[in-house]
Amino acid sequence: MFGDYSLGDLGAIFAMQGFAGLILFSVYVLMALGLAIIFGQMGVINMAHGEFMILGAYVTWMTSNAFQQYLPSLFPGYFFVAMILAFIASGALGMLVEWGLIRHLYKRPLDTLLATWGLSLILQQAYRSIFGAREVGVDLPEWMMGSWQATDTIQIPINGMFVMALTILITIAVSYVLFWSRWGRQVRAVVQNRVMAGAVGINTEKVDRYTFGLGCGIAGVAGSAFTMIGSTGPTAGQLYIVDTFLVVVFGGAASLFGTIASAFTISQTQSTLEFFLSGSMAKVITLLAIVAILMMRPQGLFALKVRK
Amino acid sequence: MSDEIKPGLKSPLRRKLLMGMAALPAISMLPRPSFADVPATSAINTTGLAVTDSEVTVGILHSVTGTMAISETGSVEAEKLAISQINDAGGVLGRKIKFIQEDGASDWPTFAEKAKKLLVNDKCAAVMGCWTSASRKAVLPVFEQYNGMLYYPTFYEGLEQSKNVIYTGQEATQQILAGLDWVNKTKGSKTFYLLGSDYIWPRTSNKIARKHIEGHLEGCKVVGEEYFPLGNTQFNSVINKIKLVKPDVIYAIIVGGSNVAFYKQLKAAGIDLSKQTLLTISVTEDEIDGIGGENIAGAYACMKYFQSLDNPNNKVFVPAFKKMWGEKTVIGDVTQAAYLGPWLWKLTAEKAGSFDIDKIAAASPGVEFKGAPEGYVRIHENHHLWSKTRVGRAKADGQYELIYETADLVEPNPFPKGYQ
Repeated sequence: MFGDYSLGDLGAIFAMQGFAGLILFSVYVLMALGLAIIFGQMGVINMAHGEFMILGAYVTWMTSNAFQQYLPSLFPGYFFVAMILAFIASGALGMLVEWGLIRHLYKRPLDTLLATWGLSLILQQAYRSIFGAREVGVDLPEWMMGSWQATDTIQIPINGMFVMALTILITIAVSYVLFWSRWGRQVRAVVQNRVMAGAVGINTEKVDRYTFGLGCGIAGVAGSAFTMIGSTGPTAGQLYIVDTFLVVVFGGAASLFGTIASAFTISQTQSTLEFFLSGSMAKVITLLAIVAILMMRPQGLFALKVRK
Repeated sequence: MSDEIKPGLKSPLRRKLLMGMAALPAISMLPRPSFADVPATSAINTTGLAVTDSEVTVGILHSVTGTMAISETGSVEAEKLAISQINDAGGVLGRKIKFIQEDGASDWPTFAEKAKKLLVNDKCAAVMGCWTSASRKAVLPVFEQYNGMLYYPTFYEGLEQSKNVIYTGQEATQQILAGLDWVNKTKGSKTFYLLGSDYIWPRTSNKIARKHIEGHLEGCKVVGEEYFPLGNTQFNSVINKIKLVKPDVIYAIIVGGSNVAFYKQLKAAGIDLSKQTLLTISVTEDEIDGIGGENIAGAYACMKYFQSLDNPNNKVFVPAFKKMWGEKTVIGDVTQAAYLGPWLWKLTAEKAGSFDIDKIAAASPGVEFKGAPEGYVRIHENHHLWSKTRVGRAKADGQYELIYETADLVEPNPFPKGYQ
């Protein structure tokens, strides 16, 4: 298929395609991080993850409207405010849900699956009633649109680079919080042995609530960032949920590093195959490969040893 | 309100007449029925439909919850507007239309179940409904078994024809061929890259497009054809491929949330739609709302209706729609087609002089609606509509600017020979 093209053309395409893969990788990490924290640290399968993301997207939409109306001069920078608000809104809703719903179901993991699925339906209908069934268009500041002209033939999407930077930042922040902070130690202690952690004075209920809130908050930020590349509507969260679960399960549920490695593997496979085959076939082959690998390694790529 | 109500003029009627003042311009275009010659119920309803001396019941069957609510909302709004305008103008055969709305909930078995309820329990004289082909296919056996009448608004892939359905949207050839001819003729385009979401409508449509490009347009070829799962949100790889292949035309039939992702990423990747020709048959003004006008400005869409059409009917229709549903609502191709449903049914019933389904089905061919916002339409023997094909160019404000329209009405041809 490359016979007709010049070397320069091909070089440019491969460079751009490399970036496309990296951008997809960032997108996968960003959407899976929140779920990985909740699933990995708490064992809760949060089917409403996509809806928490969309809450972030709606918050971004409202922030953009508010800035356009009241602070048009600061509009170019609104996105940063929007992301913080999205984190707060989704995190707060997450903590509320943990308090009202999830904490009663910790001993019944399959029921949390059903309950959060129900929650996702409720949230979808709530968005529909509040914001309308139609998709909303989020206006972006001018500097975030378009592409960066690296050379004559190589163009890199600016919003893609923004997502990459954001993902790196959030991954570092999350690793710091989980592995170096005092609170992170408590979280890990609870994961490893809930009873003992309680016995040495860790407030396990509080740890659970904040962990769930953190996971949902990151989902909110992800949703906010995805307004740049995707749609914002009541059911848009459903578009991400399958890929998100795929990344988390494939990576090994309890491991942050596993999530990142799995996002990298899946995104590179997907974007390379998409280039050489068609979109649907790429998806089929990616899924087949994941199924085959999971059959050999049911615990995922990286599994944390947990005392049962 | 006074307690003394004159016999013969019921109060709901009076209220509706008052409401009707608002729609006076629309009314003036229509023949006024005089109250003296209201036909007897027994004469116009021999099969036990829900028709009384003052009312006739129809059904509205769309998804107002679930994934499809995003698309079907506009259709529901248009149908309600048409019904209220018809009532304000005196109703159908002297009877006010009463509607029963059911929610298909974006779930095809639910559509079938609700269709059965509307036909069997409610005895609806007609049903305006469905949006996706899947929902239509689910209700079709129900309409045929219980002999109902469905007015289906969406442009679709064709390959279907039923006594019990009137298709008010375009079938595939009406939407595709004229657009391709236009782009080939005016832009001199020779190479086409076909994209679509992976389900029946885009695949069938692209098949027709490919046959037309390769068989009927001289020197033209398809340089790529790709499908993406519904809900796909990542298009960077295919965009790179397009950059490599450099087709004259990107022919895109991507639907739903994917649409938004596709156009945003296209713009972010530096493809300038004012230089790169892109022709779509799946983006109406409704979709642009979600995509954002600045992301799609410059793209061409092939439809039969644009909100910006400059004709007397549309100048009455658009303000009436906005008055009822809010200043910010936009009206896309399918919304307009949904608006035609109740009107065509009314005109057909008046032509047939009856609400009986068989008589409506038989009287449908040849029924013409001169008040259509798209201009003028007529029902063909195959129960599809004769209508014009138009090409519009998207502007940053979310509206289309009309660029081209066929001189004559295009004949509907749901089973195109040589295109399958």
